[in-house]
Amino acid sequence: MDHNKKKAYLINAVAVVALYLVFFVLIQTKSMNNYFVGIAIMTCIMIIMAMSLNIVAGFLGEMALGHAGFMAIGAYASASFSMALIDGGLPLPHLVILILAMIVGGIVAGVFGFLIGTPTLRLRGDYLGIVTIGFSEIIRIFFINFGPTGGAAGLKGITKLVNFHNVYWVTIVIAFLIFTLGRSKQGRAIISIREDEIASEAAGIPTTRYKVLAFSLAAFFAGVGGAMYAHYQSFLEPSKFGFMFSIEMFVIVVLGGLGSLTGSIISAIVLTVLPEMLRSFAEYRLLVYSLVLIIMMIFRPQGIFGRSEFSLTAFIESLIQRKNVKNSIGGGEAS
Amino acid sequence: MTVLSAKNITMQFGGLTAVDQFNLELSSNELVGLIGPNGAGKTTIFNMLTGVYVPTMGEILLNDQSIIKKTPHEIVKLGASRTFQNIRLFKDLTAVENVKIAYHNFIDYNMVQGMFRTKKFWEEEKKAQEECMKLLDIFDMGEYADTLAKNLPYGQQRKLEIARALASDPKVLMLDEPAAGMNPNETAELMETIHFIRNKFDITVLLIEHDMKLVMGICERIIVVDYGKTIAEGTPDEIKNNPDVIRAYLGD
Repeated sequence: MDHNKKKAYLINAVAVVALYLVFFVLIQTKSMNNYFVGIAIMTCIMIIMAMSLNIVAGFLGEMALGHAGFMAIGAYASASFSMALIDGGLPLPHLVILILAMIVGGIVAGVFGFLIGTPTLRLRGDYLGIVTIGFSEIIRIFFINFGPTGGAAGLKGITKLVNFHNVYWVTIVIAFLIFTLGRSKQGRAIISIREDEIASEAAGIPTTRYKVLAFSLAAFFAGVGGAMYAHYQSFLEPSKFGFMFSIEMFVIVVLGGLGSLTGSIISAIVLTVLPEMLRSFAEYRLLVYSLVLIIMMIFRPQGIFGRSEFSLTAFIESLIQRKNVKNSIGGGEAS
Repeated sequence: MTVLSAKNITMQFGGLTAVDQFNLELSSNELVGLIGPNGAGKTTIFNMLTGVYVPTMGEILLNDQSIIKKTPHEIVKLGASRTFQNIRLFKDLTAVENVKIAYHNFIDYNMVQGMFRTKKFWEEEKKAQEECMKLLDIFDMGEYADTLAKNLPYGQQRKLEIARALASDPKVLMLDEPAAGMNPNETAELMETIHFIRNKFDITVLLIEHDMKLVMGICERIIVVDYGKTIAEGTPDEIKNNPDVIRAYLGD
């Protein structure tokens, strides 16, 4: 790790902690009421969902329109697990239960991602999109008819384990892991498939394996997102995980820029907070939301950041440079 | 020593026989040209040798191992890599990243080590960066390392594709029309490059080319195919004067 990289890590770490402290103070001093804390938590969950979808949609470059299905699997699996654990009467701290539930939700969803990905990734583009819609609908309808998890009436009585503090750090950890994935040899292999699958194969990349890997990883993180959702809402109903929810996540990823994680984060924040802010406009709110999307797609079809990442280090450096230039110009005039 | 051999390989697409009982023997460190008129089946032969197509009949041995029904990436691992007629680079990635992708099999860390950025990750990535830069420097492309592949000049893109093919450390390098779209200067430079890498990396080169100057200039042996069949084989001088070859190219 060279000096510049260390500096970049440090700057980002400071920014992450500073942002957390801001929220911490706001929540502790009750400047932020429960309603806003709720929005912040939902935003974090949507960030996790958007970033995980970005592995398939952005890195791998495939259209996956069934992300809500994996979220549902993660949510139900982790909720059933934590309920069983708490019913079993094991005296575990809540944080440990939540972490275990997240891992269970992630792994179950990841396994389903693997099972669904293996046969379907032979398809490409819109065909894959249709198949993934089909699978997520099957998952939804399964939960509607599955008695043990409450069926259509929903699953009640999940212990609320998620608060802003733990969801924030989970989001940070997932953001870090997906970011580093994109810059590892595995990430490069996945991205090369997006760029040119034939060339990727000819360069010695086992493309099928990496496609399934990308799909399973996306499902894994979606499962973790689902686990957070389940233990925040403490109530799950299958109708939440419909087709429109998958589309909503896809829109967030496209708007942020396919392949850009910082884009996904910004766009998840905007598209989660915006509809809430527009609540006072009541029926016009969806209109404004749609307009924002349309205007965005006309004037910036590649998304907020395109395929590049927003770099805090580069941003600070450019600020310092600008200041220096200004100073030297100012100094020149004075003399 | 024979590195790559094809015995009676045949490729049929429905009723059409694109390649008919083609034979090939490549010895180590040889530079062989594969020529023929348009539609003669040259690229089909390439595609069979690199695993894109599975021959209808016949056997292909690479280092005495059959590569029939092996996938392209497995064949790359066994030591044969290729470039494409229409350049296929990873356009939105930088030159050095393009090379690193083909260097994939020599980078030794797993996904978890990569995601958590362990010491092993940094060491291996550093090594990969150095090795790939070395390779780019051989092609005088060091200055372009961080340029996106799509922004490179055409000649550099061709060179980058060859550099990428070499990153997987092949024993046989197959070039599909490397001089396509190049001007005479660029072609001359390419001829030198091909000659140079053959000696530098001690590999066997098989190339398809339409540019007769290039083929006649650097190939030690030339195979001429027409309608999927070998019609002549020999040194450039023999090929130049072969009546069958003249007939295939110019008609009776």
